Amino acid sequence: MGDYAYAAPATVDSTVELLSSSASSGTRTQVLAGGTDVLVQMRSIDRGPRLIVDVKQLAETNVLSIGEDEIYIGAAIASAILNENAELKSKLPGLIESADLIGSTQIQGRATIGGNLCNSSPAGDTIPALIANSAVCHIVGADGERDVPVEDFVTGVGTNCMADHEFLLGLRVPAPKGNTGDAYLRFIPRTEMDIAVAGAGVRVTLDDSGTCTAARVGIGAVAPTPLLVPEAGDALIGTQVDEEALNAAAAACSAAASPITDKRGTVEYRIKVVGVLCKRAGAIARDRAKAR
Amino acid sequence: MAKVHVSTTVNGQPMDVLVEPNDSLLDTLRDGLGLTGTKEGCATGDCGACSVMLDGRLVCSCLVLGAEAEGKTIDTIEGVADGDGLHVVQQKFLEHAALQCGICTPGFIVAAKALLERDPNPDETTIRYWLAGNLCRCTGYDKIVRAVQDAANELASPA
Amino acid sequence: MAEAVDLKAIGTRPVRPDGVEKVTGRANFGADLNLPGMLHGKILRSPHAHARIKSIDLSGALAVDGVLAAVSGKDIPGGGDLGDNVLANEKVLYHGHAVAAVAARSAFIAEQALDQIKVEYEVLNPVLSIDDAIADGATLVNESQHTNGDTSQPASNVAAVTKFERGDVEKGFADADVVVEGEYRVPTAHQGYIEPHACTATINEEGKATVWCCTQGQFDVRSMTANCLNKQVSDIRVIPSEIGGGFGGKTTIYLEPVAVKLSEISGRPVKMVMSREEVFRATGPTSATLCRAKVGAKSDGTITAATAWLAYEAGAYPGAPVGPGCMSVLAPYDLENFRIEGRDVLVNKPKVAAYRAPGAPQSMHAMECAIDDLARELDMDPLDLRLKNAADEGTVAPYGPQYPAIGLRACLEAAKVHPNYTTPPAEGQGRGVAVGFWFNIGMQSSAEIRIAENGAVTIMEGSPDIGGSRASMCLMAAETLGIPYENINAHVGDTEATGYCNTTGGSRTTFATGMAVIEACEDIIAQCKERAALTWELDVDQVDWEDGQAVPKPGVNADVKPLSLADIARSAGRTGGPLLGRASLNAQGPGASFSVNWTDVEVDHETGKVDVKAFTGVQDAGRAIHPSYVEGQMQGGAVQGLGWALNEEYIYDADGVMENAGFLDYRVPVTSDMPMIDTQIVEVPNPSHPYGVRGVGETPIVAPLAATSNAVRDALGFRINDLPLSPPRVLAAIDDNE
Repeated sequence: MGDYAYAAPATVDSTVELLSSSASSGTRTQVLAGGTDVLVQMRSIDRGPRLIVDVKQLAETNVLSIGEDEIYIGAAIASAILNENAELKSKLPGLIESADLIGSTQIQGRATIGGNLCNSSPAGDTIPALIANSAVCHIVGADGERDVPVEDFVTGVGTNCMADHEFLLGLRVPAPKGNTGDAYLRFIPRTEMDIAVAGAGVRVTLDDSGTCTAARVGIGAVAPTPLLVPEAGDALIGTQVDEEALNAAAAACSAAASPITDKRGTVEYRIKVVGVLCKRAGAIARDRAKAR
Repeated sequence: MAKVHVSTTVNGQPMDVLVEPNDSLLDTLRDGLGLTGTKEGCATGDCGACSVMLDGRLVCSCLVLGAEAEGKTIDTIEGVADGDGLHVVQQKFLEHAALQCGICTPGFIVAAKALLERDPNPDETTIRYWLAGNLCRCTGYDKIVRAVQDAANELASPA
Repeated sequence: MAEAVDLKAIGTRPVRPDGVEKVTGRANFGADLNLPGMLHGKILRSPHAHARIKSIDLSGALAVDGVLAAVSGKDIPGGGDLGDNVLANEKVLYHGHAVAAVAARSAFIAEQALDQIKVEYEVLNPVLSIDDAIADGATLVNESQHTNGDTSQPASNVAAVTKFERGDVEKGFADADVVVEGEYRVPTAHQGYIEPHACTATINEEGKATVWCCTQGQFDVRSMTANCLNKQVSDIRVIPSEIGGGFGGKTTIYLEPVAVKLSEISGRPVKMVMSREEVFRATGPTSATLCRAKVGAKSDGTITAATAWLAYEAGAYPGAPVGPGCMSVLAPYDLENFRIEGRDVLVNKPKVAAYRAPGAPQSMHAMECAIDDLARELDMDPLDLRLKNAADEGTVAPYGPQYPAIGLRACLEAAKVHPNYTTPPAEGQGRGVAVGFWFNIGMQSSAEIRIAENGAVTIMEGSPDIGGSRASMCLMAAETLGIPYENINAHVGDTEATGYCNTTGGSRTTFATGMAVIEACEDIIAQCKERAALTWELDVDQVDWEDGQAVPKPGVNADVKPLSLADIARSAGRTGGPLLGRASLNAQGPGASFSVNWTDVEVDHETGKVDVKAFTGVQDAGRAIHPSYVEGQMQGGAVQGLGWALNEEYIYDADGVMENAGFLDYRVPVTSDMPMIDTQIVEVPNPSHPYGVRGVGETPIVAPLAATSNAVRDALGFRINDLPLSPPRVLAAIDDNE
């Protein structure tokens, strides 16, 4: 039996160093941000000892900057802090709602977008919203820094593209320009506290006539990984994002879904509902875009 | 396992405690510091019975490592009543019979107090969603919501 | 004195005596006790739903540093099925069945050591549903189980068949103008108490054990633990902690004999606390059921016949609540012709335990759905149809006895004029009505009343306070003694500190233990009158007790000042010693409690989600001692029933592994799911109780299941027979119906 250990390095370099040396010595490590998934996993799913590397103390993972072109969200910022930032919320309401939907008030006090992404669950609520917003992962490791689009980050159920020596510093989200709006909706059986049965994030940009010039749709909990659905975005571009276009986007989402039947929903249910969510989220994103 | 030495402030008092690296803050409070008012209902963040304030923010102590408490300020149910008697939220829970068995009550009170400090005049929907992470199996929530509403009213009315 | 008048204390809403402890975190619950040198025990559980145990080797665990004891099934020599459920012997009968246990210096070490126990299994086919269990050639959960013990028949998974009938059912249906019938499934549901099971045990060199635990009945823990360990009840002292919910689920034992045994081996106190996952996997939920109901009526609404065929999953051992399910299914109705048949069916799932009105929610869901369909067929208001057929005082209940005064009609009439009923549901919403019922029980209770030197009153009784019962005891004592509520406190004694008391269950506490408290107060009053008579040099029959004071009877010529309880207590040493009142009884005539519930729901036709928009409960409490806690029972039971109707269910994979063993996916209602739960208490006093009390705790969970089904039926225009009405089921039904 090995032992548990806890470390909270003070710098990015020392964090990378610790991750690298642990990787080469075969020590199992787990990066800790908000801990709302990590602690659950180590207490129920897998009790095995490991080195917990807490990255919340780093200045870099706590950066929140709202620039003209890019919004940067540090990987370790608790969702509640994001939700309290009025400027951020007004620019990316859908993304912030997706973070706000995760768990209770208590969970919000700890859970992070970065953690939600790194947990790499098919049902992570922020991931479809990040995909819709063309967000990019800012990763650091022994080989330096690199950027990976969110739709390419998650590689399977609970797995992602990061090496053992790497961790997520933050997310780069293109700042919305002009008449741009985003929205995320998920379906859960209760009003709170559930994991998404299906989710859909939509970001649209409209021109002055209300015609959609850019659109991206991300869906979750309906495939082994959250998906970018280009066909759904294409169905909206060039339209007024009216009922007909939304129905076409919904159909594209349903077509892209390859879900499973489990304790949270059936294949048929998820295929149908992901379309419903795309349609409803698309209408909200459109109205938000118009209101800008 | 090498224990971790943690210096923290609990209910205004500086405290030192040795924790296992995998102990949760809930374990640390209950077993390390003897503060058993904070309850474990699930240990997975689904029930809210272990709610505490960590640096002024409501969290589930089961989802925080004890080691993470280093340098932090923690407020638990044991610190809610000050020297002058019960906090108004506690008093209203009693008056409205907002508890039956009482196991969820510490978590609800910590959470409700946090809400009223942030939003002194919450509507019913706000109260219900703020408290959605606190499970109560006895009351059906009705009297809890009414107790929080009444506490808000009392806090709002001039003394 | 059922028609007690001028009540001063009863019916008021004071703060409960244990309240401050519970809002400040001081109250000690099951897991809150720590003793010097204490070890932590953990249970190894079966990874299979059905398997024969070929061998268990504990040596690996015992070799782990920090482990001081390990046990397996052979260490629990008695207890029959109960003992076998505590630690399995020849077979494991469900996934999560306890197989072995260790005690170690820390819970973490104990958990790690469990991995070092070697168990060899011969895996068997699991029996996972009623349909599978009763099919020809079914795998047997227990090869020596014969239906109703009849060994002339082959072994069967049907442990028992219950039948009773009255009149001529076939003729009744032939006479009917309308007949409706349906088959309904209700899933396994868990009590979902927020406090996991926990106990701490220690045993000394003389073999005397002390057990601290959260339980609904310390005396039952004592006898059950003694049985499992082949000990005498007098060898075990059980000290009940505060209890963090039970709803029937803490009327049995799981950990206690194991903790005692681990303590015996290690020589140290041993604490055992279940995880939430263990609570779901290995403690008693209630039965999943398959019920068939058929009802026929004349066009004027008179029910001419009804039948019910009810099958209940017992889990791994016999004992599903099918008896009460059968007895309650038609209890609200005055019927000439009916037939009821029930089956207790073994499956490879956890042994069921009591859950609030055990058995009634399932069977009455079926019948109240059928009655709702009948009302639609007859184009009658569902309350009118029930009023037409309602049981009343003098009705011979389908389960045998003749009803004394009951409140069903009063509840139906109150509902009929309730503004929440006379106002139609909002546009797009559906409304459903159903009736609930529970027998309630009496049984044995003891109480002792002690008077301090200052006249303060201490009640010592034996019913663990699961929802404010100390306040009810104090109110009844205040009323009886004629003193302020604030002068009284109530304590729940351990098995050595108070007289025998049956478990807090069956909605018996306020009724039966309350009756003992009232009688003990009357004993005090009698003693006080004697002391006053002695003081005043009068005959005892010249003394009255009025408003908490001894006074000379009218017409008695004595120039004395009234003597309060404090006056008498202060001088008790001179008049015969301390004042101590006591009573013990086996309470009879608990008095059934009926309810009427209705709910308004909205259905999202694109996602199948059902939102509860409004809920109203009307219930007969006989007499509400503390109305807030009566309302609380009604509201809490309603929300448990709504949760069961909407989302709660055990989900198993093909191997019999529960897939949703946590509050994340076993979806009990959260605050934001629910509206306010409106209540109206009806008071038709129970003639058997001094103040008219009926039990109120269980009835509230019964009607919400059918009320919700009926509301969804109303909203959709067609019926979904099975529960839960979870979004995938509702959406699939909507799609099928199109």
